Amino acid sequence: MSRLTDERVKTAQEIIGRFPRKKSALIPLLHLAQEQDGYVAQDAMVHIAELLDLAPAEVYGTASFYEMFKFHPVGKYCINVCTNISCQLVGAWNLLHHAEEHLGIKSGGTTDDGLFSIEDVECIAACTEAPALQVNYRYRYKVTPEAFDAMITDLQNGKLTGEVPPHGTLATVRQETTTAWSNRGSEAQAQVDAR
Amino acid sequence: MSVPTGPRIITSRFDVADGHTYAGYVRTGGYASLRKALSSMTPQQVHDEVKAAEIQGRGGAGFPAGTKWGFLPADVHPRYLVINGDESEPGTYKDRMLMELDPHQLIEGIVIACYALNAAQAFLYVRGEMALAQERLAQALNEAYANNMVGKNICGSNFSVDVTLTWGAGAYIVGEETALIESLEGERGMPRLKPPFFPAVKGLYMQPTIVNNVETLANVPYIVGKGGSEFKSLGAPTSTGMRMFAVSGHVNKPGVFEVPNGVTTFRMLFEAPEYCGGVRNGGKVKAFIPGGASAMWFFPEHLDMALDKPTVDKAGSMLGSGAIVVMDDTTDMVAACWRIVRFFARESCGKCTPCREGTTWLERVLKRMLDGHGRPEDIDLLFEVSESISPGIAWPPRQTTICPLGPSAVSPIASAVRRFRHEFEHYIEHGRPINGVESPFHANAVSHA
Amino acid sequence: MTDTAAPKTTAPATAAPKTTVSVTINGRAVEAKPGQLLIDACEHSGAFVPHFCYHPRMSPVGMCRQCIVEVEGPRGKALVVSCMTPVAEGQVVSTTSEPAKRAQEGVLELLLANHPLDCPVCDKGGECPLQDQAFSHGPGESRYVEEKRHYEKPIPISDLVYLDRERCILCDRCTRFASEVAGDPLISFTSRGNNTQVMTFPDEPFSSYFSGNTVQICPVGALTASPYRFKARPWDLEQVETTCTTCSVGCRTVVQSSRDEIVRYQGVDVESVNWGWLCDRGRFNFESVNSKNRIGTPLVRKDGSLTETTWASALDAAGRTLRVVINDKGAGAVGIIGGARGTNEDAYAWARFADALGITARDAQLGDGLPAEVFSLPQATIAETCASSTIILLAPDLKEELPVLYLRLRDAAEKRKTRIIEFSSRASGLSDYAWKSIRHEPGDQPRVVSEALASAEIAAQLARGNVTVVVGRGNLAESPEFALLAVGAVMNAKPDTRVLPVVRRGNVRGAATAGLSPSAGGDTNSILAAAAAGKVECIVLLGADPLVDMPDADLARRAFASVKHIIAVDTFVTESARHAEVFLPAAAYAEKVGTTTNCEGRISDIAQKITTAGTARPDWMIAAELALELGTDLGISSYAELHDAMTANVPAFSPAADAKAVRHEGVVAVHPSPVRITATPKAAAPRLSHHFRLLVSRVLYDRATGTAESPSLAPLARDAAVHLHPGDAQRLGVPAGADVRIAANGAAVVLPVVLDDSVARGVAFVPFNQRGSDIRQVIRHDVPVTDAVVEAV
Ligand SMILES: Cc1cc2nc3c(=O)[nH]c(=O)nc-3n(C[C@H](O)[C@H](O)[C@H](O)COP(=O)(O)O)c2cc1C
Ligand code: SF4
Ligand code: FES
Repeated sequence: MSRLTDERVKTAQEIIGRFPRKKSALIPLLHLAQEQDGYVAQDAMVHIAELLDLAPAEVYGTASFYEMFKFHPVGKYCINVCTNISCQLVGAWNLLHHAEEHLGIKSGGTTDDGLFSIEDVECIAACTEAPALQVNYRYRYKVTPEAFDAMITDLQNGKLTGEVPPHGTLATVRQETTTAWSNRGSEAQAQVDAR
Repeated sequence: MSVPTGPRIITSRFDVADGHTYAGYVRTGGYASLRKALSSMTPQQVHDEVKAAEIQGRGGAGFPAGTKWGFLPADVHPRYLVINGDESEPGTYKDRMLMELDPHQLIEGIVIACYALNAAQAFLYVRGEMALAQERLAQALNEAYANNMVGKNICGSNFSVDVTLTWGAGAYIVGEETALIESLEGERGMPRLKPPFFPAVKGLYMQPTIVNNVETLANVPYIVGKGGSEFKSLGAPTSTGMRMFAVSGHVNKPGVFEVPNGVTTFRMLFEAPEYCGGVRNGGKVKAFIPGGASAMWFFPEHLDMALDKPTVDKAGSMLGSGAIVVMDDTTDMVAACWRIVRFFARESCGKCTPCREGTTWLERVLKRMLDGHGRPEDIDLLFEVSESISPGIAWPPRQTTICPLGPSAVSPIASAVRRFRHEFEHYIEHGRPINGVESPFHANAVSHA
Repeated sequence: MTDTAAPKTTAPATAAPKTTVSVTINGRAVEAKPGQLLIDACEHSGAFVPHFCYHPRMSPVGMCRQCIVEVEGPRGKALVVSCMTPVAEGQVVSTTSEPAKRAQEGVLELLLANHPLDCPVCDKGGECPLQDQAFSHGPGESRYVEEKRHYEKPIPISDLVYLDRERCILCDRCTRFASEVAGDPLISFTSRGNNTQVMTFPDEPFSSYFSGNTVQICPVGALTASPYRFKARPWDLEQVETTCTTCSVGCRTVVQSSRDEIVRYQGVDVESVNWGWLCDRGRFNFESVNSKNRIGTPLVRKDGSLTETTWASALDAAGRTLRVVINDKGAGAVGIIGGARGTNEDAYAWARFADALGITARDAQLGDGLPAEVFSLPQATIAETCASSTIILLAPDLKEELPVLYLRLRDAAEKRKTRIIEFSSRASGLSDYAWKSIRHEPGDQPRVVSEALASAEIAAQLARGNVTVVVGRGNLAESPEFALLAVGAVMNAKPDTRVLPVVRRGNVRGAATAGLSPSAGGDTNSILAAAAAGKVECIVLLGADPLVDMPDADLARRAFASVKHIIAVDTFVTESARHAEVFLPAAAYAEKVGTTTNCEGRISDIAQKITTAGTARPDWMIAAELALELGTDLGISSYAELHDAMTANVPAFSPAADAKAVRHEGVVAVHPSPVRITATPKAAAPRLSHHFRLLVSRVLYDRATGTAESPSLAPLARDAAVHLHPGDAQRLGVPAGADVRIAANGAAVVLPVVLDDSVARGVAFVPFNQRGSDIRQVIRHDVPVTDAVVEAV
């Protein structure tokens, strides 16, 4: 349960500055909280509400709409197995069941060591590479049960650390520019007038 | 089989190792169209080229982009361009490639579009789960800002635009343009009713807004560089240009292909060696989805149809987002139908009663059948509930809902139950699929619903 | 046709633009207003369209999809949701065509699929739109055999409201109300799709002053109010429309009773006042009418304590006292305090009583309002105020004092072109919606207002259109004179400014208009001062409790210590009534008929729903009988006679002469010829830099009788505390929660500190009349502003 660190508050302010209205920064800020704790903590939502002049209920209302946000700790590695139609046609359920057996948890669960969670998810836009999965939103294509086991071993041994950051971290590269907003409308008008 | 050919337009850098970097992009001709537009064309001339190209939107509805741009009311500012990079329609896989492999091309298209639209701000909304696409776009935007391709006085002109990268967090419905706008405003992604909320008039922050798909805009540099009529000449008059299609499922070489639009046929895509190279195991097509999970299914009799919007529309389905899913004759149709219905049930935003309650109900009934607890009256029930979501169960769907998601759940039912009713009846009677069909489930049951 | 009407002319050559839209609804030609929603047009034409999410006072969301109708337009027939489709010329609408009916039935079946159908044990059973529409527009039986959604059964989401998510049909009414109407977005949809629920944030209850409205507008039994839960079944209820007198907004309500006990109030939608909304204090204080502490028998003091007696002997005792005092010391030795809790007629009867005996010292306010001359300034109604282009707020926090007026002003600022300019000593509920919110120290308002109005930006705003000043008593520790001078400053800058006075108590305006105002004699402060000095020997209290309600507590205490005789007319033995020698039990709200006057001067009726407690009588009757006891016949033997006499003799009340006029919307009183404020603005002496200037004002829940005697509301009052700006607290070296000593005017109280950055630096804010130490000890009515030394203890 934690509020955003000072460092992240700075990032948050930068993100807020990119939008004409503060509330637009809500989803990016929730990601920031999830990056910090691996899930969106209650205090973080209160903090975000403060930063955006919202009621915490509004923050939670939006946050809970989106599947990527977790409100309780999950594994360090979240494995999302796609079972949608293109993957189902070429063995996604076998892969999911294999994964469940291998890790000893059911879809939606987390291993006791806190390392892995699995979920069966909707289409992840890798349909031509089915069956496909994501680990912390990094893709694995045409995954066979053997490839799955090897991946787990690699993750356990820290071999994929560079490629797969811990749960919550999305892009490791961020947009840098902070754009000053207040005059955009009139500036656009000026551009039109200038021509 | 002679397969029509055309240049690779938007996929041209997919094999260039550094095509996603500024250096790689510029080396391969990038940003020339932007310079051209800013130095020698008026916004109206740019708009005219896009109109002349007659490019149909690649996000699903296929509405001509040039016409859509014309809906912006004059002189209302601020106005926005919103780029829909939420790609989540099952079977669809092309926007992610464009964002990961050629982000500058998209940025160039965005800046040119903003110039044509007199917009000073664009929001690029990327699907939450696409970490690499977000990374590549962020990197590309940083480079583009640093090289004055975005930002103030672009390329020394008096045109300025900001492009803000933002991203979602897992919700298919946010691909629908008004839900996308809600999400961009920090809300739950629930669609708005059109009318009155046509984005071009009352969009983001209730200001005029154009929402375009990633692939649509990625074509803009080419259109401006080569001219709208050149683009138009590449495809059929009724479906212009080159277009990306993702073919997945039971084919030998699933893949994403950029093909001449409107003239290539489904059979060519499935069978030609340069594309998918035939159905797996030498089998036959039992059914295929021509344009994403929302579409009505097609069957072998449709194989020689061209990938042409009006032709496909008239045949009772759509090309949608260019997502083609092939099912061979071993496919369990009840399971396939269930899986797509389950998708819509899980992704309903919950706003409309028929969609929120109806899609879940349909899913439960189908699941019961798969689990061996189907009842004879369930088939009628499926149609009755479908009727409450989509009166008449017709195409294009009539709907009791706000957006087309609810009725989309009816497409697989209407397609599969009508065509393969005996497979459903067999499930109801025997609790398992008919002979010759493979259940996709390991052991006997689905572990999770 | 009267001769002042426009002469009938033939249509001019160029036909005037058509101002209505012609549509056909179920075969009938109907004229609708441009922009009107189909559902509304259908309803007006008598074609009921089933619906759940649509509510005429909130923006449509088209969520439930129940209101589908079939419309034939240029492009053929289509099913549309009538709550989001405006009428269009030539539309042919069917609410009952086969496709429309099929769609309506389909939606209803789907709504019922997951509904628990626990109607027999549901509070809403019998008055439930879902139940009714399932019957009238439903498919008959459900084919849903799957497992229904399960949630924990009713969970409290606030002190007053319970939520049953299994019954909820997700119409977005309560959530929309919370964010759109009340501005308290404390409940929200959570999750998605089939799992969507209404929820609060964990540990953050739906503590809105308006929460009860969500219960009223919930179309099923998902939201229930704890004061009403399981009290009655709808078919047992009897109801009558009336006016709430908890504050001076005068919201229209219905009072509902079961077996002669009040069980519920519900808001009634009147355009001019409350739009159907109520605040929770007004909604739930019906409990006080049912309180066990109600007095229904006359009391007289015997051997030092109040003892039950008969009306005859109580009236005899009261009459004797008055006769003796008047005979010995003259009528100047009698003062009448109160009357604002009664009806116009009650006040009129007591005014006649006073006239007959020559008593001039009478005042319906307790030194906590405004001089009665505010009612003579050019007046604005609530609707006119909301339609102004500028509203200048010189008032207390309206969200705390006149909550439904807050809703109206918030709506005006959010949805109309109205701009609010607020002048206050601390941020109020409206500050966030104000165009400008300007802080001043107590006593400095006239100067700050004059200066602000001189700025070019504000001057330009005032020039844009109508200006209305909303003026009230923002600070009980500050002379009301400053607010009046500030009004004067606005009127100087903008001569056609109009005024909406917002003194809080229910019928202050009516009581003053009826004659209980200090025009000739002294006001309550001077009556009590005279009593303390031994010059007033008898005080008659009409539902007034000066010991608790007077800002100057010391004055009240000294007066009560010295005065020889107190006669109390009240519903409870209050702190003050405890000192009476005779207590005459009065009929309470809903136990008597009459009319009341709200802050804008609107006269509307009050209805009787239950029989009075014991032998309690309406105040007017007590006045008449006491007069007879003293040998004077007021000529009032029935309510009807009284009402007629009042409307005949008080010109302002003449529009109320027709009994029909005071129903529903009511009627606005005749405004006296307006006066103007001519005094030149002045400011209080400056504060010494280490002093704090005291700000004392009301919050919604306090220890007032109606709240304290309502078990559901009483716990909502807070513990007394002083609110300081965090910077000031730091300067004093006191952390939150620490006690400080507040010393002024030769007295001191100790209160815990609350850090509150809505308070201006140098100002100490203390909410009035809360549990704990009483700030009134340091307030003096004759000290214009109170500067205090605040120090850690
Ligand atoms: C339920 C639903 C989901 C959609 N998802 C997407 C999507 O993921 N990506 C997309 O570009 N368009 C999607 N669309 C279409 C958009 O609403 C919109 O038409 C499109 O982005 C417009 O861009 P275009 O004109 O360039 O095609 C979706 C529509 C619906 C109804
Ligand atoms: S049809 Fe479904 S997804 Fe679309 S708005 Fe309605 S509930 Fe949401
Ligand atoms: S009342 Fe129209 S959709 Fe609910």
